[in-house]
Amino acid sequence: MEKSRRYAKSHEWARLEDDGSVTIGISAYAVEALTDLVFMQLPDVGSTVTAGESFGEIESVKAVSDLYAPISGKVISVNTELPSQLETLNNDPYDSGWIISVQPVAVEQLDALFDQEAYDKLIGG
Amino acid sequence: MVDFAGWSMPVQYTSIVSEHLGTREGVGLFDVSHMGRITIKGDRAADWLESILTRQVRDLSVGRSRYTLITGVDSTHETVHLSGDPVILDDAIVARLGNFEDGGQQFSLVVNASNRPRVVRWLKACLPQEGVSLHDITEETAMIAVQGPQVFGCDQEGVLAGPLANIFSPEILGKIAALKNYGVLGAEFDGKPVLVSRSGYTGEDGVEIIVSAEIAVMLWERLLEHSMTKPCGLGSRDTLRLEAAMPLYGHELCETTDPFSAGLGFAVNIDGRDFPGSDGIRARRTTGNRCRVGLVFDSRRAARSGDQVLLSQDGIESVCGEITSGSFSPTTERGIALAVVDRAVSKPGQELKVLVRGVQLPVKVVSLPFYRRSP
Repeated sequence: MEKSRRYAKSHEWARLEDDGSVTIGISAYAVEALTDLVFMQLPDVGSTVTAGESFGEIESVKAVSDLYAPISGKVISVNTELPSQLETLNNDPYDSGWIISVQPVAVEQLDALFDQEAYDKLIGG
Repeated sequence: MVDFAGWSMPVQYTSIVSEHLGTREGVGLFDVSHMGRITIKGDRAADWLESILTRQVRDLSVGRSRYTLITGVDSTHETVHLSGDPVILDDAIVARLGNFEDGGQQFSLVVNASNRPRVVRWLKACLPQEGVSLHDITEETAMIAVQGPQVFGCDQEGVLAGPLANIFSPEILGKIAALKNYGVLGAEFDGKPVLVSRSGYTGEDGVEIIVSAEIAVMLWERLLEHSMTKPCGLGSRDTLRLEAAMPLYGHELCETTDPFSAGLGFAVNIDGRDFPGSDGIRARRTTGNRCRVGLVFDSRRAARSGDQVLLSQDGIESVCGEITSGSFSPTTERGIALAVVDRAVSKPGQELKVLVRGVQLPVKVVSLPFYRRSP
């Protein structure tokens, strides 16, 4: 069964993996709204992320946007190839376009996020 | 679509980068109808403009235009207090459209959308009793910029084959192609008069066309029928003008800018001439110690307006300037920026740093413009 994603209001997604880690990225809607991506600033492995706080930046030609952590935890892996291949975000934001993987502090924090249906409604789908 | 000075405008039609590169390689089409268009006529028009604009117009011939600043008293309500201190209200292009047998002259003034209300209020407040009439024709007209190396491209037989060939007869097209930079001529489209200017805000060759509002959509669609033409929004308009190092009011200049420190000394003819605020500008010319430079980053990251420029000396960083405009440059695939810095650190090759969101990014001073089209 395909693992389901939960979404933050700020358009980041989070997916609980079999090993208990949570993969985090940004939604296709967010990528589409940004257009012309030129740069990404990512955190270091081992750093802490806090739900609702910025863990990095994504820059398009027009503006810089913060990336907000949907849940709290410790960064265990970073998609370091992504900043030099930003088209991956346009093509595949939910798999190869993953941004960070986090060891969550409290898995229940996922429940506070939108499910697919609620998120689709949020973005007017 | 975004609200831009009260106008609903697209940031991009497809993507900023593809519209930018499309203009550099083919033809970009820009709806710039938001800009203010003012006509000035009468037998005292030239003398009046000569006394009002920072640039002289006495020697501006029919069919020529030039860049100027407009200094005057700022006002937020209908009444302008003429005794107030003049500031730089806007930058503009002034064109002499005609001299008439009855002694009258006709000029056009194109100003920024955001400054149009206060510029029009100021100019109207300064009009003499007779001899000059002024009309804000912005809302009855539209303006479309056609920019890129293929605007005047030719086919295999050497015949002009760009999108303007969809609009104008070969004879008129020939006259437009013969215009020098900043030349202006009157032509016709669909039986209505249009004004064509060999100018633009991209660093590419091309024209800006002023038409009456009723035929604007038809003109736009006819131009778009050409295979090389791409519609371009505000995003690419900004990245293109930045690569060409062209100033933007609110960034490179504002009300209190010293033109000589901002690389705008050419826009101010101050010797032997007076205009509102000229004494103040004259005084600043000798005391200013800063100048405008171009900065290139070694990464794709961009600085933004207001970011500080730093000089590193003996392990100590000191502020030596400020970014006026910055962006990713699609042509060079690097961040670029215009900045005003201390003269001492303004030589091309000088290494500096820019404080961007808390991080110091290395930059190098380069000579301007960042991009120059091939002749």
